[in-house]
Amino acid sequence: MKRKNSVLSFAGVVFCLLLLLLFNKTFDSYKMRIFNLCAIYITLGLSLNLVNGFTGLFSLGHAGFMAVGAYTCALLTLSPANKEMNFFLQPILPFLANTEWPFFPALLVSGLCAAIIGFLIAAPVLRLKDDYLAIATLGFSEIIRVIFTNTQRLTNGALGLKGLPNYTNVWWSWGVAALTIVFMIRLMRGSYGKALKSIREDEIAAEAMGIDVFRHKVISFTISSFFAGIGGALLGHLLGTIDPLMFRFLLTFNILLIVVLGGIGSITGTVIAAIVVTVLMEVLRVLDSSIDFGLFVMKGIPGLRMVIFSALLMAVILFYQRGLMGTNEFSWDSLGKRLRRIKKRGPK
Amino acid sequence: MKKTCTLLACGLLILAVFITGCSKDEGKEAEPEVIKIGVFEPMTGANAAGGAMEIEGVELANKLYPEVLGKKVELVIVDNKSDKVEAANAATRLVDKDKVTAIIGSWGSSFSMAAGPIVQNSQVPTVGASCTNPLVTKGNEYYFRVCFIDPFQGTVMANYAYNELGARKTAIVQEISNDYSVGLAKFYTDAFKALTGDEKAILGVANYNTGDQDFTAQLTNLKQLNPDVIFAPGNYTESALLVKQARELGITIPILGGDTWEAPEFLDIGKAAVEGSVFSTFFTTEVPITQESEKFLEEYRKAYGKEPASVTALGYDAYLVILDAIKRAGSFDRVAIRDAIAETSDFPGAAGIISLDENGDAVKSAVIKQVKDGGFVYLTTVEPIK
Amino acid sequence: MSIQIFFQHLANAISLGSLYALIAIGYTMVYGILRLINFAHGDIFMIGAYFTFYLVTMFLMPWGVAFIVAAGLTCMFGIAVERVAYRPLRDYPRISVMISAIGASFFIENLAIVIFGGRPKAFPVPDIFGKVIHLGTVSIVSVTFIIPIITLIFLFILLFIINKTKTGMAMRAVSTDYEAARLMAIDVNKIISITFGIGSFLAAVGGIMWGLKYPQLLPLMGLMPGLKCFIAAVVGGIGNIKGAVLGGFILGLSEIMIIAFLPSLTGYRDAFAFILLIIILLVRPSGLLGQSQMEKV
Repeated sequence: MKRKNSVLSFAGVVFCLLLLLLFNKTFDSYKMRIFNLCAIYITLGLSLNLVNGFTGLFSLGHAGFMAVGAYTCALLTLSPANKEMNFFLQPILPFLANTEWPFFPALLVSGLCAAIIGFLIAAPVLRLKDDYLAIATLGFSEIIRVIFTNTQRLTNGALGLKGLPNYTNVWWSWGVAALTIVFMIRLMRGSYGKALKSIREDEIAAEAMGIDVFRHKVISFTISSFFAGIGGALLGHLLGTIDPLMFRFLLTFNILLIVVLGGIGSITGTVIAAIVVTVLMEVLRVLDSSIDFGLFVMKGIPGLRMVIFSALLMAVILFYQRGLMGTNEFSWDSLGKRLRRIKKRGPK
Repeated sequence: MKKTCTLLACGLLILAVFITGCSKDEGKEAEPEVIKIGVFEPMTGANAAGGAMEIEGVELANKLYPEVLGKKVELVIVDNKSDKVEAANAATRLVDKDKVTAIIGSWGSSFSMAAGPIVQNSQVPTVGASCTNPLVTKGNEYYFRVCFIDPFQGTVMANYAYNELGARKTAIVQEISNDYSVGLAKFYTDAFKALTGDEKAILGVANYNTGDQDFTAQLTNLKQLNPDVIFAPGNYTESALLVKQARELGITIPILGGDTWEAPEFLDIGKAAVEGSVFSTFFTTEVPITQESEKFLEEYRKAYGKEPASVTALGYDAYLVILDAIKRAGSFDRVAIRDAIAETSDFPGAAGIISLDENGDAVKSAVIKQVKDGGFVYLTTVEPIK
Repeated sequence: MSIQIFFQHLANAISLGSLYALIAIGYTMVYGILRLINFAHGDIFMIGAYFTFYLVTMFLMPWGVAFIVAAGLTCMFGIAVERVAYRPLRDYPRISVMISAIGASFFIENLAIVIFGGRPKAFPVPDIFGKVIHLGTVSIVSVTFIIPIITLIFLFILLFIINKTKTGMAMRAVSTDYEAARLMAIDVNKIISITFGIGSFLAAVGGIMWGLKYPQLLPLMGLMPGLKCFIAAVVGGIGNIKGAVLGGFILGLSEIMIIAFLPSLTGYRDAFAFILLIIILLVRPSGLLGQSQMEKV
């Protein structure tokens, strides 16, 4: 059985790689962008799920960490000429003016910067619980945004940065997403993951079992910030431009949506939901423009898309509490079981 | 490892299904009789109002000039949700899915900047209507705009304050999270300092954030500095409340602003308090600049039963500039159209005569208006510095 | 800073603080009973203001009547929100309810954008509220006097309801122990509905007062005030009505006074509230007037 599963898995990976290659060849840039966005949202969704789903800490500060990551990476990779163009109101701080790093180290550093900020915030904030924690993390992400708006010589303030090299391609975005997935699975299988889950289920019991609750929470929060920073950096380099207003609460909300839809505490669920949400957002665009039914033309109502989207979300929250996957994960065994069940029912 | 791979496989499978699912509608190609012009504007979210005004202008222009080179022009309007990620998606969609010939948009420079690299890489000429941030067109040979940019507008207002109002000291209130406001404040500061020759001509700068509604603390601070004039560029949504609160605090000196103030809501919300406010803008209904202006005004009033805003006229112009370029290029080739747009010179638009400079920015005259008796009254025209 | 300017700042602070206090009361009531951050509170506040706008401009009601009708309608709206979005999740973990609250808030905002439109509307302000009164060099708008009075009136009415009536006693019971209250034959759902009704009524009153002071309506206008008033409620000790009023005034005062004394920090104004929140949560998590609670095992 085990052998068969690994063969299946290997086939799956090969299939995925082929698929990536195929998409890379055949997609136009619109589909490519959505495809890349899916991967970035997977990374972001997983990192939020680590804190919200696996550790049971309700954090709403993701946008702040993304901002830190995106700005760090942008400032490191922007060419000096581009920097001079961007900072036309006030000159950039001298120590940043001439840096031009390759993408990979910049990406790593941006993740690390976000992780450091996350660590610093974690120490005071993680003493709080539930909704207090939620509102305090939300507060910190707003504070980060306000600071970025005001530090014109560092971040160019409201003007934002443009001309970020378009490094984010299929290999980067999906590569990072795959690494994140592998990392999360490894983490959750290991003793750390077990400890985090036990904190989620019952903090006091976990403490009684000798788990250093606070330390584990801080670690989980810091790792989450790291991936959020990387996700933010990838997003910035996909768009080619960033500004502080991008990183509002709404962005955190989008990611939260993915986590909730996929099932809080499920890696598979987050991966599926990230893809579904990203693609659905684009598909629902139809609602905003006029729809021709042949007999009559329904005039598009701008904003209807978002109404339907939020209604869908409410429906999931209210009637399908556990999201797509609950806390379950995909495995070949469960798939096989399901297939057999369907076969048994079979054609009448 | 097993689960990893299985997860990956699973995710990708679903994606594949989705993507094949949603690409079905692409089967039917648009009939070649139609050329498409994409419009990406904020129709929802924080900037929905501005987007709606521009779309009115583009739609009106499309109604009046539905054809070019014998082909019907079809508008493809997409929403960018006042969000940068969405703006980039929307622009890519226009380029790849709808295969538009040219693009108009967007209200809000940051959304235009998000679209910048996309239109540049895919070589789709794009004309912005009211995005005034200099960064939008800088280093991007496919982005143009029919409005003047912040440096000119800031200079115009500084000149007005110095020459017409005799002001020697200014206080500034800026919307720190708004690139438009920060830029305008900076260029005003530079120009005003140069005019007065006084490094201390700007007495104080107060900041506020987008969406703020209480400005009393900032205004009280400025009040005690005793400036001759207050320059407060920003969106009319915040500015109307700001001016109102300034008057309530007993600040009687003139308050100057930028083109965004020209919206009926500015008057509705500010009521008597905004009387006397002065701002620069692109266009006036009282002194139609060109024949096109008259036509635009007449048709707009007929269609909507109200007075148009400046950005509506600019949206109208953006459409005309593209159409004119297609005519001059004599083809629907995107690169040819781009070259033709870049050569636009002395084009009579509804909001003034448009000549594009080497950056793709319009060089045109500015109009100064004042709020008087619950309406916008034309004061003077300022010629561009050539 | 001259003494006149200081008094001007003080007047500004009191007027802003009393508005925060008014909205924070509604927040704290709902939280006290449900132990739930009602993220939709800011949106109910927005709905209340829009109702008034339409009643006055479309149905041509005199403003006095419109205020009362709008507050009543908003009250029903709030009860409906609770029924649809919160009641089905009563026995689920708190995180689920909170997500539902965020979702509800998101839904109301998007719906408001489609129905009311994204362009701002001018709130109809009757002349007597908009008059400027000069006291020496200090200028105050008349509505500034009215808001603290209304806040105090509602504070006393609420304290009366909660402490002296049977419904109030039931509310306190539900707040202390939900299960036990149910066993004592208290109709928990009814009590929660009533609480939500009162909370929404207060939100509507807050919305109307906000509209009178800042006469501009936008679908997203409830977002920032909603968050700030929640912070005010936390600062005062969430669940404590007097605390909410205190928190509102502290928040208003600190926002204005920090700018008054440190004008270079104006750009950071939106962050003050959050910094205050974080400091309070770290120093005194139960708020200034709140009681600390032991965690139940």
